[in-house]
Amino acid sequence: MTDKKPVVDEQSSGQELSIEQRATVGLSQGAIVRRRFLQHRGAVVSVFVLLFLVLLAFTSVGTVIGGTGKLTPDPSGTRLIVDGFRIPGWWGYTWWERYDIMLPGGAPTFTWWPFSFGEHPFGQDNTGKDVFARVMRGMQQSLNVVFIVGIISTVIGVVLGALAGYYRGWVDQVIMRLTDVIIIVPLLILGAVLGQTIGGDAFLLAVMIGLIAWTGMARLVRAEFLSLREREFVDAARVAGASDFRIIFRHILPNTVGVIVVSATLLMSAVILLETSLSFLGFGITAPDISLGQIISEYNEAFKTRPWLFWWPGLFIVVIALCINFIGDGLRDAFDPRQKRVPRQRSLGSEIGNFFKAYIPGARPGDGTSNK
Amino acid sequence: MLTFVARRLVATLLVLLVASFIVYVLTANSGDPLRELRGSRDPSAQDQIAYLSGLLNLDQPPVLRYFSWLGGVGACFIGQCDLGISVARGQQPVIEAIGGALGSTLQLVLAATILAIVIGVAIGMTTALRQYSGYDYVVTFLTFVFYSLPIFWVAVLLKEFGAIQFNSFLGNPVIPWWSILIIGVVMGFIASSIVGGELRTRVISFVSVGGGIAALLILLDVTRWFESPSIGFVGIALMSVATAAVVLFTSTGFHNRRALLAVGIIVVLTVILSWPFQFLFYYVNSPWTVLLVLAILVGLGLLVGFFVGGDGKAVVARTAAIVGGLGVLPLVLDQMFIRWDEYVARIPLSNGVIATIGASTPAIRRVDDTWLNMLDSLTHMLLPTIALMIISLAAYTRYARASLLDVMNQDYVRTARAKGLGERTVVMRHAFRNAMIPIATIIALDFGAVIGGAVITERVFAWQAMGSLFNEGLHRIDVNLVMGFFLVTGILAVIFNVIADLLYSALDPRIRVS
Repeated sequence: MTDKKPVVDEQSSGQELSIEQRATVGLSQGAIVRRRFLQHRGAVVSVFVLLFLVLLAFTSVGTVIGGTGKLTPDPSGTRLIVDGFRIPGWWGYTWWERYDIMLPGGAPTFTWWPFSFGEHPFGQDNTGKDVFARVMRGMQQSLNVVFIVGIISTVIGVVLGALAGYYRGWVDQVIMRLTDVIIIVPLLILGAVLGQTIGGDAFLLAVMIGLIAWTGMARLVRAEFLSLREREFVDAARVAGASDFRIIFRHILPNTVGVIVVSATLLMSAVILLETSLSFLGFGITAPDISLGQIISEYNEAFKTRPWLFWWPGLFIVVIALCINFIGDGLRDAFDPRQKRVPRQRSLGSEIGNFFKAYIPGARPGDGTSNK
Repeated sequence: MLTFVARRLVATLLVLLVASFIVYVLTANSGDPLRELRGSRDPSAQDQIAYLSGLLNLDQPPVLRYFSWLGGVGACFIGQCDLGISVARGQQPVIEAIGGALGSTLQLVLAATILAIVIGVAIGMTTALRQYSGYDYVVTFLTFVFYSLPIFWVAVLLKEFGAIQFNSFLGNPVIPWWSILIIGVVMGFIASSIVGGELRTRVISFVSVGGGIAALLILLDVTRWFESPSIGFVGIALMSVATAAVVLFTSTGFHNRRALLAVGIIVVLTVILSWPFQFLFYYVNSPWTVLLVLAILVGLGLLVGFFVGGDGKAVVARTAAIVGGLGVLPLVLDQMFIRWDEYVARIPLSNGVIATIGASTPAIRRVDDTWLNMLDSLTHMLLPTIALMIISLAAYTRYARASLLDVMNQDYVRTARAKGLGERTVVMRHAFRNAMIPIATIIALDFGAVIGGAVITERVFAWQAMGSLFNEGLHRIDVNLVMGFFLVTGILAVIFNVIADLLYSALDPRIRVS
């Protein structure tokens, strides 16, 4: 909880301010959080990498909005067209059409020296499809699932957690027992059963996962509400005549935003692994739709002969999950300064210096052991 | 404490009951179990559809079918289990399918969980004690990476690289000099970071551990150990001394002469007794022998500790008993590696030594030799266990680190230091126990991830175990098979929860009292 904004009033101005206070005097809550977040180098880099990946995925091969994604031959009969509103991208190939195989076996045309991407930098599969286009489309779908699940389960988790924590009593009992029932079934199992029911569509799958992935969020928000509802500002609001709705959403909820943001981020990194795992097992996104897990599942058997079909989708899964995890860590540091890392100012270089200083003739005893 | 556990148990069972209803109805609604038959042009298809519909009561709504299934499960209490039949597996009773699949999944899940807890807590604690060191940063970064790894990707990589590379290495076991160098440097770095302190101590630990491991590797390489690995007296002695050193370092420290003496006696006894135990292992060829030997060695440890202990009988006896108990490991490993040549001769020619398919070799399953079967299980379980462990490992490491850091900043730790206790006593006796309380909660929470991971790992390594029950059952909408899987995972979930609660109440006196 970082709702204590340091204020320099007349009584405390005589006291010494800590470095933290001095640095934050006169800053708004948002500015403090932003500053702390920017200090986490890994998180900042991750934000840029993730933005780059999102841009790359959506602009390169374009996207399809709405429609069923089914493939039908166009009137002239030479090309397949995809159902839905197609926005083309700057990449010349599509993820569903077959092309002439350039190198033997469809090997990647990417070379370091001379540096060139070639026609199919990630290679081609055994039918001649462009792997780069497929991976980009798969990444789009995986990212879509991540964001949809993130939004749906955060909303459900926050509302249910808030109601349970604020009203307590039978409301709390009902909501928490529901949470227990969902949590005891491994998420992968429940997701697989739901995924089998809806049969392979990315959007529906995301909605389904969103409907079951909110339990952790609900528990956290409930715990926050249980402690915050006893605070004075809630009493003050109630005395002033605020309705329950207003107290929950205008007074208490803003104080829990840190917990919500952090846990939503970590949830999203778990979701990309869940979605790709489901698709790998064949219960998530299935052909003709594409996701990163579905690509690995489709090409699993070809690993020995065409390893590039396996490397690229896996690499992008790891990078996306890693970025989201780092951003979550940075947000946690920003919202919860108790867990912030304050590295000691010490480097190996100075230590080695001390070591030699301690052993040269004439050095005073104890010189080299200052790092206790 | 018992009422606490019992109350939790009843609550978990009720929750499980409701969850089973939801899973049953959802699975039943997820598709048509007779889809393949309906599309078939076989003239007998209609008869089969009618027959199977009657057998599975498909004319009833799923809710009613659930209660008749539940009735079959309830009959288990009077010894007449009926979990229905599996359409996907040629009308095999589900209880038979579970019986054939349960063992290997249980081994996999338990081995991965226990290893993840032990290794994860150890790594997490050492990083917490050496906060902001290079080792801490490296480990923290690695936990992030492990946290972000999809388990199916890791499993496929381990299968295609780990197994195949290691098998081809065993074909021509020459360790290149650069890998000896890298392993030595990495191990030395880890050791020096954990020991910490002044630069001089660090350099000493770096050189001794890194150099020692490099020397061991060179020795193994020169003596061509990998061609026919064995353990023998020397191996048993080395491993016993190493475990004794680790246990002593964490429990009493080397300055406690009586503990040192007791542990020394136990190590010598283990090495001497390994000769008569060989005959015991040979003639009483059953897994229970392991427990018997364990009991003997622990008993010896307690006795030696009691007589040598002096003032600190309890502590010395406990330390010696732990060392004695761990002494079983090299003895069993020795038995397994004695049968190495027999194992290599019996596995199919196309397979490498480290297996990548299935949970055991059928030809070896038919041989009535416990230790040979153990070795076979070990080579089959090695890679799936690593794959499954890596994911949980990251979680345990992170929680153990955060939890110990939290505890080390508490007032009572400062009090313990202030009254003059050594750092080892403060960490192991005062901080460790309290730091473990949150970990006990994680064990129950992590369970879902382990089961999900097992389903994926078993799929990658082609195990015919519980995971394949679920995959097959769900792909073909065989509700009874899926529910059989769910029942087993549900029971496992209950067991994990009870273990977590027991640990919780053992660690936290407040729960025992109320």
